[in-house]
Amino acid sequence: MEQKVSNNNSFMGYTRSDLTNFLIAMILSFVAIPLVVQTDYWYSSILIPWLCLALAAIGQQIVMGYAGQLALGAAGFMAAGAFACFNLILRVPDIPFFVALGLSGLVAAAFGILFGLPSLRVRGIYLMVATLASQFFIVWMIDKFGWFKNYDTSGIITAQDIVILGKPFTSPLEMYLVILVVVTVLTVLAVNMARGSTGRNWMAVRDMDIAAESMGISLLKTKLQAFAICAFYCGVAGALFAFTYLKSLEPVAFDIKLSFKILFMVILGGLGTISGAFIGAAFILLFPVLLNSVGNNVFHGAIDATIISSIEQVVFGVLIIVFMIYEPLGMAKLWGNIKQRFSINK
Amino acid sequence: MTIDRNFPIGEPVLEVKNISLRFGGVKAITDSSFSVLKHEIKAIIGPNGAGKSSLLNCINGIYQPQEGSIAFKGKVLEKITPNLIAQKGISRTFQNLALFKRMSVLDNILVGRRLHMNSNFMQVAFQLPKARAEEKENLAKCEEIVDFLEIADIKNTPVGKLPYGLQKKVELGRALATEADFLMLDEPMAGMNVEEKREMCRFILKVNDELGTTMVLIEHDMGVVMDISDNVVVLDYGKIIADGPPDEVRANQEVIDAYLGVSHD
Repeated sequence: MEQKVSNNNSFMGYTRSDLTNFLIAMILSFVAIPLVVQTDYWYSSILIPWLCLALAAIGQQIVMGYAGQLALGAAGFMAAGAFACFNLILRVPDIPFFVALGLSGLVAAAFGILFGLPSLRVRGIYLMVATLASQFFIVWMIDKFGWFKNYDTSGIITAQDIVILGKPFTSPLEMYLVILVVVTVLTVLAVNMARGSTGRNWMAVRDMDIAAESMGISLLKTKLQAFAICAFYCGVAGALFAFTYLKSLEPVAFDIKLSFKILFMVILGGLGTISGAFIGAAFILLFPVLLNSVGNNVFHGAIDATIISSIEQVVFGVLIIVFMIYEPLGMAKLWGNIKQRFSINK
Repeated sequence: MTIDRNFPIGEPVLEVKNISLRFGGVKAITDSSFSVLKHEIKAIIGPNGAGKSSLLNCINGIYQPQEGSIAFKGKVLEKITPNLIAQKGISRTFQNLALFKRMSVLDNILVGRRLHMNSNFMQVAFQLPKARAEEKENLAKCEEIVDFLEIADIKNTPVGKLPYGLQKKVELGRALATEADFLMLDEPMAGMNVEEKREMCRFILKVNDELGTTMVLIEHDMGVVMDISDNVVVLDYGKIIADGPPDEVRANQEVIDAYLGVSHD
């Protein structure tokens, strides 16, 4: 009987509370939100970019938070994914959307392996500089060779509609659901990897590479694997970002600012946690919105919009410093501490 | 030491021949040769800076000696990297703790099972039966090690938060988890009190006796060395000055001079 109970409590290594949380999240996102939220603004300006960027942040989390490789260039991989998806749908007749999405992820993953190569030689801040190459090279390549943009001269290419099984998904709610499915699947896979032997290998390389190698972990394979998976996630995220949020394809959208944004999401959210990617993305996206509405509603426009956006930068900077000093594991850890305190008090 | 052993000492399993290691102009090891017999506990002793750890690092592939060869189980090792050495069945611990600080005790030990887990990241991501079975099986093995080392109560604590003595134990656990038949322990008892040392000795002897693991250990505590080792190698200034059973080594004049110093008149 005892045995049976403990079996019921865990499914694939997850505890009951993990599963309950997952179920609640699923009901909330698939049922409650579509029923309650009716305004397009929420979908197209908050939920859709949040999910896209959270997905990219998971990628950054894998390479930086788990494998400990300081990489900066997530936006480059996003651009690779976005333009790969554009070209696949354009040039391959009748390609199903999810297949195109998966393939664009793989294209980005190939770039990830290429630009992950410096990690075998350099580390830390030097690696960060080396991985900047991906950021600049990919965007430059797309700009330089007209083929990637289908020789469009206007500079802004409209993204194709998402068509799944003959049905177009064009309304914000429909697009939200498409993204939600992709993000859910990829998040579950990422959590599985992070908790399994794959994640342990990454973390071992992060914490002490010499010891990891002495235990039989190949540094080459593990680092490149992390880079490839990171780029895959970023590539898929980039394609979704372009097709659902931007609704256009322009290399400038994937500039270094976006890479830094994703980096901040991971640092603020918490290095080495998948949930941190979601928390960080939500914070970085919602904070400016919040600040704006405070500026408009409390001060009634007395504060100039440019000042507000400057305040935003200042607050981010301060927060990052504060987190680096007091809670390097970010908001996810903070949340964990709060939960722990309550469960002890009970 | 004529007690019957489960695994009697056998043929040489590791043969180090004429190893020389230099860092620029500094000679860390000079033309040193020794061999380790199967199932024995071999101690390497010597004053600080004598090249003991460098010697282990050469065997382990962290350093590449400029000259000499290392043969394991009768085969000369051509290309030596830590990763390949691990695959050959040599495991080790480090002098100044090389644990995965942010991971739990159990996860640290699970990393030691790396070579017994070969499902790829796709199998892990999709939690295919193979990956799940493997995880379960290896987790059970690690729980056994945790029980053996009597650290079950801290198995979910991140190792970075543990006191030094316990961390040393976890590192031994991780090395044991590899199930390597050749173990190198770099100062497993450094910084421990008498009680902890005694306990560590007990573990080392037990592993050697029950699993027949060949061990090479670096240790400064002469009492410990004389008690648990079958043979002792003495290094001084990168050279081997004695190699033999503890009693013989203890009586060796050169060793006494190296340790106590000798007047140059």
